[in-house]
Amino acid sequence: MASTATPVKPELLRTLPSDGVRQIQWRFADRYDLQMLVQSARAVARGPVARLVAAGGRNSHDWTPAKAELLEAFDKSGITAVFMEPEHGGFIAGPKNLALALVAFELAWVDGGAATGSLAGCLALAPIHERGTVEQQTRYMQLAAPPQPGEDRKPWRGAFCLTEPIPYVGVDTGMLNGKLRIAEWKEGAEPILQVEKRGRFITNIGFANFVTAAVDSGDERIKGSCMVILEEGDPGTFDRGTPTRKLVHQLSSTGDPIFNLRIPASRIVGGYDVKDGVIVPRHSHSEVIEAVFRRTRVTVGVMTAAKLLSAVEPVIRYQRGRFRGAETATPGSVRYELGLQAREDTLHRLVDVWATGEAGAALGFTAARVFDELDPLEREADKILGARGVTSAKARAKLQREAAERAANLLRLPAGHPNKAQLESDPLLRFVLLDSLADVLCPATKLWNTGWGAQMMREAVSLMGGYGITEDCPGFLGNKWMDAQLEATYEGPEAVQRRQLSITMTNPLFRAQFQTWIKEMRGIASDRPGTGACALATAMGMWLWTLERLQVSTDADGGRLYQSARQGVTFPLADALCWLLAARCQILDTIELEKRGADDPAVAEGLPGLVNFMSDLCHVQSARASGEVSRICAELVFGHNRHPAWDEPGYRGCYQQDELDSLEGIIPGIGSYGLDVIGNDGSHPKKAGPCAKCNGAEQFLSLQTKLSTCLTGCRLSKDRAAEAISKLMIPEALDYPA
Amino acid sequence: MTNGYHIVVCGSVVPDPLQTLEPVSTPTGPALKNEMMLPAVLDPWAAHALYEAANLASKVAGSKVWLVSVGPKAKLQQVMMTIAQRVSFELVPVDASASGFADSHSTAALLAEAIQSIPGLDRARLLVFGGWESASRGAGATMQLVGERLGILDQFQGVDQLRVLDDAQPDGSFEVLERIEGGRHQVSVCAGPPALLGWATGNLPEPRNNPQIGMANMRTVMPALQKAKSLPLPAGGLHFLSASPPKQQRQTRVVKDLSPAQIAQEIAEWIGK
Ligand SMILES: Cc1cc2nc3c(=O)[nH]c(=O)nc-3n(C[C@H](O)[C@H](O)[C@H](O)COP(=O)(O)OP(=O)(O)OC[C@H]3O[C@@H](n4cnc5c(N)ncnc54)[C@H](O)[C@@H]3O)c2cc1C
Repeated sequence: MASTATPVKPELLRTLPSDGVRQIQWRFADRYDLQMLVQSARAVARGPVARLVAAGGRNSHDWTPAKAELLEAFDKSGITAVFMEPEHGGFIAGPKNLALALVAFELAWVDGGAATGSLAGCLALAPIHERGTVEQQTRYMQLAAPPQPGEDRKPWRGAFCLTEPIPYVGVDTGMLNGKLRIAEWKEGAEPILQVEKRGRFITNIGFANFVTAAVDSGDERIKGSCMVILEEGDPGTFDRGTPTRKLVHQLSSTGDPIFNLRIPASRIVGGYDVKDGVIVPRHSHSEVIEAVFRRTRVTVGVMTAAKLLSAVEPVIRYQRGRFRGAETATPGSVRYELGLQAREDTLHRLVDVWATGEAGAALGFTAARVFDELDPLEREADKILGARGVTSAKARAKLQREAAERAANLLRLPAGHPNKAQLESDPLLRFVLLDSLADVLCPATKLWNTGWGAQMMREAVSLMGGYGITEDCPGFLGNKWMDAQLEATYEGPEAVQRRQLSITMTNPLFRAQFQTWIKEMRGIASDRPGTGACALATAMGMWLWTLERLQVSTDADGGRLYQSARQGVTFPLADALCWLLAARCQILDTIELEKRGADDPAVAEGLPGLVNFMSDLCHVQSARASGEVSRICAELVFGHNRHPAWDEPGYRGCYQQDELDSLEGIIPGIGSYGLDVIGNDGSHPKKAGPCAKCNGAEQFLSLQTKLSTCLTGCRLSKDRAAEAISKLMIPEALDYPA
Repeated sequence: MTNGYHIVVCGSVVPDPLQTLEPVSTPTGPALKNEMMLPAVLDPWAAHALYEAANLASKVAGSKVWLVSVGPKAKLQQVMMTIAQRVSFELVPVDASASGFADSHSTAALLAEAIQSIPGLDRARLLVFGGWESASRGAGATMQLVGERLGILDQFQGVDQLRVLDDAQPDGSFEVLERIEGGRHQVSVCAGPPALLGWATGNLPEPRNNPQIGMANMRTVMPALQKAKSLPLPAGGLHFLSASPPKQQRQTRVVKDLSPAQIAQEIAEWIGK
């Protein structure tokens, strides 16, 4: 890895990262099923999807035949079947989070709306997949599976309907207006239910054959809320509504449907029990959507990261070719060869875009892998708890809490302690450990990748000049920028993710793991100083210090700081954490690349230059992350204290001029210290008040000083990365039309 | 042809044509800059041959397709992730250079050897397919040399179509359309295997992607790649004095209302200058 201490000329990046490189970084080098999936999704993205966008397919709100053709392309390429188990017509066995994330990455590389269209189908099936009965799973998965060659069948498409017209469900999903009533319940027969539900902004609604909808009980013989499955042919109203006039993701279908349908009670997702003449759904709507969004939000975050990385090649090509053709730019001249890349700022900004894309992808794919690991463990944990006779949610939560406590204690043992092995061998411990991680990584991916990603997408657009905001921009960067705003909004906007993080990041088990990461980063820094891991470790320490401090502090009026109503405290701290998580994942991916790159001869050839470059991007990103953390934490630590004023209490901390004059005799030169001095006539220095004291936050200040010096070398990394970008070889043309 | 054909397709990887292909000199002769790191595709000519082979195999019951590839293992593996999802075949990889600067005699020697070592291959049913040229070398010689080494006398080059003649009582005979001057085809009838066909473009579209086929192929492709023998290309006595990309020239003039004949006339004059 690049060392900031050694002055030897390091090797530079030679080409854009290949598939082999990505397979190692994102840990699917040994998964040929996923490697094939990437290729087929890419062929659809850069083929039919790109052609449709280039032909102006996004310029209509309606669901057009040309857009509908994409669904068939998804079916034929295997994209639709990714979500299904092999017995239901799929081809990938086992958990599919990473697989879905890779599909989303490839599609969003060209168009976010295409990715959304494909994902929304999975989203509709997800409640059934996560909590449905076996019969429901078999029926809908088989109906939705694409036809096999030779089979003449139209696959069913689904939509997921939670959001309701204002004033109901939006960010707050508890205010359900959709109602479920009993229409008919004959003795010994299945109850027939009447569903009334209106949706707002429902994806895939233009063509969905079935809908999974969230509803609340409107009948005293039904308990609580649930999700139900609605089918196109059910008796009653299945009105798709008018298409949403959205400005983004126009290749997906969105609308505000109205349903008023009669359905059998067997359509309650996960089934129901009858207790004392009351239908009790086995899963409330919030339980189902939590299980669903927990997984699907990761893929959305991956989409925005893909777009940032997709911007690199078109921007480089634009920059280099900017002056070619002008009389003064003759071949061989700097203008001709480097174009805009002769200017430092253009390169530095592209470094920032690229580094953000790498960090976002690293975070998103890490989260996806954690869920892949978690899925089977969750089932195993269920079995273990079942075997122990734990059935009620309360008893389950208690046992999980105990396991979490045990895991946290084990984590705190010194490295190499024999008991630590239990963390790997005991499935329950492993489950709670990963669960606490997933609880943080999912909202972090959704929040940071899309939110900050949207900002950086704007940066990418601006690097293309006026071209950037035209339909002709290669790589469709302008579209991608606008689209990023939707990615930040649907499936729970940023506020939802921040709210979730503000709870999950305080989980002691997560914090215990976070503690070990600080050590991990220092260890990495000692071997690979060029990654910025040291600065990151310091920033991580600062974040943890701040969290712990805020949890016990009050503001100037005695109000508790860290509590759910204080979003001004908890939300920024959640943002700060995301920066750290993304930068850490990026460093770990780079180390993986360094370790495994040599195994693949196609990666090994340019490995030193590649690792240097990726390390430099890590350094740039961790410096930026550390800066953000320092800024946010400083505001939170000091910002809730009241600044001393030029008043009685404020004066108490100041010297009087007389006092200082007399002290001068004892401590010569004391007057030259920048002390707050009140003149004999009551005058005071021209500023907001006497300087604020640090009130027990000395440790914070020393961390901040340390952090500033930890940034040493980060700009050298940026310069190196910039130089590499100016020399890197790119293809002659983009591999999809514009 | 009661038992179907044994179709062996020769084909390997070439750099993705969108990449910047810049010749550089190395101690072992010319090479392309960063070639190992650039994305690769299956040589388009060979790909046509492969799709035609799969199509033929699907029509003549009992047929089987092998793909014999001389190329760097890591690159072959990447390309398989696309190709293996299109048609069924068994991969016979040889881990050696697929450089466009390799001597076609050397490549042909490795290919012929690999074909001969395929277990259970029946010469009486053998059709050897390949591209009539390749997107990397473009010498148009490799397949002929493979045929000569295998002692196959019936060779067809620039093939666009193969049609099995007697479906009712198949004896293995087929009709071949070979490209000749003036955009026309020469029609020949071949009595049956063994024969060698160097394909031009054929007339089949790229088969649709099918992940199920991919998963099935991979069960044999991955172990074959793992076991692939790593071989140096035999010395062929070929030397390069220099290598450079073709010079590009562009002159643009916007004209309207010219007839095709006038445009052709003008282009011909420009080329002649
Ligand atoms: C193109 C598109 C496709 C969509 N697809 C679907 C779909 O398929 N299925 C589906 O069910 N929904 C879908 N949605 C709906 C989407 O999930 C919601 O729009 C989103 O959850 C936000 O809800 P809202 O628009 O009602 O915003 P609001 O709830 O009004 O929130 C607006 C803003 O207010 C603030 N805010 C609100 N509540 C809080 C709080 N508690 N704390 C702090 N801040 C708060 C936040 O800044 C928030 O961003 C889609 C939306 C769009 C635009």
